Amino acid sequence: KKMDSPILEPSLYTVKAVLILDNDGDRLYAKYYDDTYPTVKEQKAFEKNIFNKTHRTDSEIALLEGLTVVYKSNIDLFFYVIGSSHENELMLMAVLNCLFDSLSQMLRKNVERRALLENMEGLFLAVDEIVDGGVILESDPQQVVHRVALRGDDVPLTEQTVTQVLQSAKEQIKWSLLR
Amino acid sequence: MPLGKKKKKKHDFHKNFDMSAHPHQDYLPSQPGKRLLDKTHTFCICPPPGEHFGTTEATEAFFAMTRLFQSNDQTLRRMCYLTIKEMANISEDVIIVTSSLTKDMTGKEDVYRGPAIRALCRITDVSAASSFPLSSPSCFPLHMSYDVVKRWVNEAQEAASSDNIMVQYHALGLLYHLRKNDRLAVSKMLNKFTKSGLKSPFAYCMLIRIASKLLEETEGGHDSPLFDFIESCLRNKNEMVVYEAASAIVHMPNCTARELAPAVSVLQLFCSSPKAALRYAAVRTLNKVAMKHPSAVTACNLDLENLITDSNRSIATLAITTLLKTGSESSVDRLMKQISSFVSEISDEFKVVVVQAISALCQKYPRKHSVMMNFLSNMLRDDGGFEYKRAIVDCIISIIEENPESKETGLAHLCEFIEDCEHTVLATKILHLLGKEGPRTPSPSKYIRFIFNRVVLESEAVRAAAVSALAKFGAQNDDLLPSVLVLMQRCMMDSDDEVRDRATFYMNVLQQKQKALNAAYIFNGLSVSIPGLEKSLHQYTLEPSEKPFDMKTVPLATTPITEQKTEIAPVATSKLPEKLAPSRQDIYQEQLASIPEFQGLGPLFKSSEPVQLTEAETEYVVRCIKHTFTRHMVFQFDCTNTLNDQLLQKVVVQMEPSEAYEVLHYIPAPSLPYSQPGSCYSLVRLPDDDPTAVSCTFSCTMKYLVRDCDPNTGEPDDDGYDDEYVLEDLEVTVADHIQKVLKPNFSAAWEEVGDDFEKEETFALASVRTLDEAVGNIISFLGMQPCERSDKVPENKNSHVLFLAGVFRGGNDVLVRARLALGDGVTMQVTVRSGDETAVDVILASVG
Repeated sequence: KKMDSPILEPSLYTVKAVLILDNDGDRLYAKYYDDTYPTVKEQKAFEKNIFNKTHRTDSEIALLEGLTVVYKSNIDLFFYVIGSSHENELMLMAVLNCLFDSLSQMLRKNVERRALLENMEGLFLAVDEIVDGGVILESDPQQVVHRVALRGDDVPLTEQTVTQVLQSAKEQIKWSLLR
Repeated sequence: MPLGKKKKKKHDFHKNFDMSAHPHQDYLPSQPGKRLLDKTHTFCICPPPGEHFGTTEATEAFFAMTRLFQSNDQTLRRMCYLTIKEMANISEDVIIVTSSLTKDMTGKEDVYRGPAIRALCRITDVSAASSFPLSSPSCFPLHMSYDVVKRWVNEAQEAASSDNIMVQYHALGLLYHLRKNDRLAVSKMLNKFTKSGLKSPFAYCMLIRIASKLLEETEGGHDSPLFDFIESCLRNKNEMVVYEAASAIVHMPNCTARELAPAVSVLQLFCSSPKAALRYAAVRTLNKVAMKHPSAVTACNLDLENLITDSNRSIATLAITTLLKTGSESSVDRLMKQISSFVSEISDEFKVVVVQAISALCQKYPRKHSVMMNFLSNMLRDDGGFEYKRAIVDCIISIIEENPESKETGLAHLCEFIEDCEHTVLATKILHLLGKEGPRTPSPSKYIRFIFNRVVLESEAVRAAAVSALAKFGAQNDDLLPSVLVLMQRCMMDSDDEVRDRATFYMNVLQQKQKALNAAYIFNGLSVSIPGLEKSLHQYTLEPSEKPFDMKTVPLATTPITEQKTEIAPVATSKLPEKLAPSRQDIYQEQLASIPEFQGLGPLFKSSEPVQLTEAETEYVVRCIKHTFTRHMVFQFDCTNTLNDQLLQKVVVQMEPSEAYEVLHYIPAPSLPYSQPGSCYSLVRLPDDDPTAVSCTFSCTMKYLVRDCDPNTGEPDDDGYDDEYVLEDLEVTVADHIQKVLKPNFSAAWEEVGDDFEKEETFALASVRTLDEAVGNIISFLGMQPCERSDKVPENKNSHVLFLAGVFRGGNDVLVRARLALGDGVTMQVTVRSGDETAVDVILASVG
């Protein structure tokens, strides 16, 4: 791992990994964008270390194994975004917040293990819209949700809150303008 | 592929994944396919341990999946894209979906277009994609080969002025990537965007990075417009940009305090942000500033102190370490108060960090040791695990050693600690320290009670350590001897063998009341190598003899047990119990013993560090290790041939001594192929008639047979020719005849050796300017072990006494006391004692 290089090489590659672990620290989703942890064994060891160091505190950010880890937990899920220790922490935070907020909308605020497992395809698509190959694609959860376009399709209108309907309408309008 | 096969695959995946959480009812018609893809995709990105998609499996699964392209289900189709991306690196045939992807890419459906392009970029050239505008970040082709990307310059340029903030960011990244080798183009680009401004904070961050990179490369001064741009970003309304700019300024080389000031003040503001990530980023960057410009951070000290209690430990740690770098001596008291207010609330792991920080502070401000000591003793009373207690004990011990006036207070705290200490390792360590330091304090008797309490109350290991400590009090203090003997007597009835044995042994030694015996058996233990002793004893039992076993035939331990020096070790590395590995010298002993010519040389006395006899990057690389025996020396030449077109054979190093040293044997290295090191040896007899002739210069020439060879195959020619190569001269000095030995109690050893062969001389070291320098020179010249930490010269002193201990070749102890006085140059009075006159003469002769 690169030591203290004073000036960052300007690059679009910002995110090294996106992880979602469950209450026991087991992997629900893991996407590594570079070769920092090339084998599954190393990845699992890293995830175990991360989980041990973070699951008891909701401190948002830590430096682990020379990497910056920003994280967030909700009910029985732990979300992690990992970048180089030289990376702008707020960029990583933007990714984490975008991921969480997107999922929160997609799962109708029901961000917990079971709901997530039932919507894995939504998670896959959302992450793909937020980060591709380590490059941040999008930081606006509305855009992500819109592009994933999974929301609300099979939900009866009664289940949607008024704000959600308004939000959805707003997106529709915004998107048609952007087009 | 029939559908049945696919089902089977699905079944396999079921086995590998916990499906219990999935409800299996009410799937829509397309759901099973979606599920399957979920699984395939999951398998690609997080396979169960030890399992990977092989090329065949990936290709099979891929073909199975392509059928799903017929479905019109949106999600399913997009899962296909994802799976293609994942498989792009594994399967060989992904290229066949190009046409499907191209269709989606050029189609009307927005939700397909972006992902399709990105998937396509992974598998093939996308020149076709450039025919439509890059309007959405989702469509941006990021992962392409350079050649393909080159054709995109115009599109990227256009996109850089896009209204979509992410598109702008990606376009800027892409443009930089295309132009980064062309400084002028980068400069123009920067100029354009810094003037026109950008909408995306991400793009701003990118621009700041490009600007500071260019500043660094061009060594542009801080009056450059680029620097102005970065500084102006400190006033951006997005925190991400402000932080990026501050961080860029902090990381610039040669920044003055004035230039840093604006960056530091925004970081200071961030310190009180409600967002943990921002506080973390700020304190981390301030920590960096503190390394180079501690004074620039002083203004933030108050904010940093508030962060000490931050619930995020990374932030709190960074705040403390920063403060310790910037804090003045006067702020120490306040800082310690701060720390003590929260130390009980934090985890052990973090407490250790705090103790280490205090330890660093003690070294910086030794005058503050009483505050620290007080604080540490309070921490010692608190609850805490082994690592934490150990860190405190180590820190107290280091304070005691650095500051003699703190010794009694420190020992008192430690005594109190062992009264109720569950950690055997710490108790024995402290008992050892008490035995070493206690007898030399003004009132040694007060420690006896603490030590004897251990004998009554503790486990075997602690009892044994307590007995050893007691013995040291008896040996040093005559008035305590009677009571120590009484206590020893009681210990001789202990239930444990080791404790009883020690007590009996010490009892008998103490009863002799001989200083020399006390020194040899109580204060200063064995200095032989333990594996060496084991081997020698084994050898002795194999060849029964009338002669008693001679301790002097045992090789000495090469790495003297360091005086209780407390470098605070990183927590992680400390838990391994060290296995008694053979020392470097034990290994040499073994290697040399296997060469017939070196039989009967006796025990290996000393092996030097390697000496380079060639310059770096020469045709041949030769280094020499000098092995000293009682009457001989063996020179081991490690040679490496760096020419790939030569094979060297029968390599020897011929030596011409300047003194009456006699070369007895050359043992050649038979063959030296390219880059494979080999060793040749020379055996030399030391002059018998003049034992004081310890130094000698050898001129060395490497002689060998060259056989040219094919650099590719290494096949040598049939014929060779003799050649030689002149090496640098090799020096044998007095240090090669003396082995370092640590005497934990130097004065006892001094008494033990006695003044039968004591000699004293005074020298003037005209060229030396400081006591430190003089001490360093003497130690390296004589190659002896400094004792009683006398290698450390206290500050602002005009005189100093250096104690050195060693064993001279042949096995006699040599002790040197050098009194140094700083005047015009350094004056040195050297007193040497040894059991052998030769050793004394050798040392005085070589110093003169």
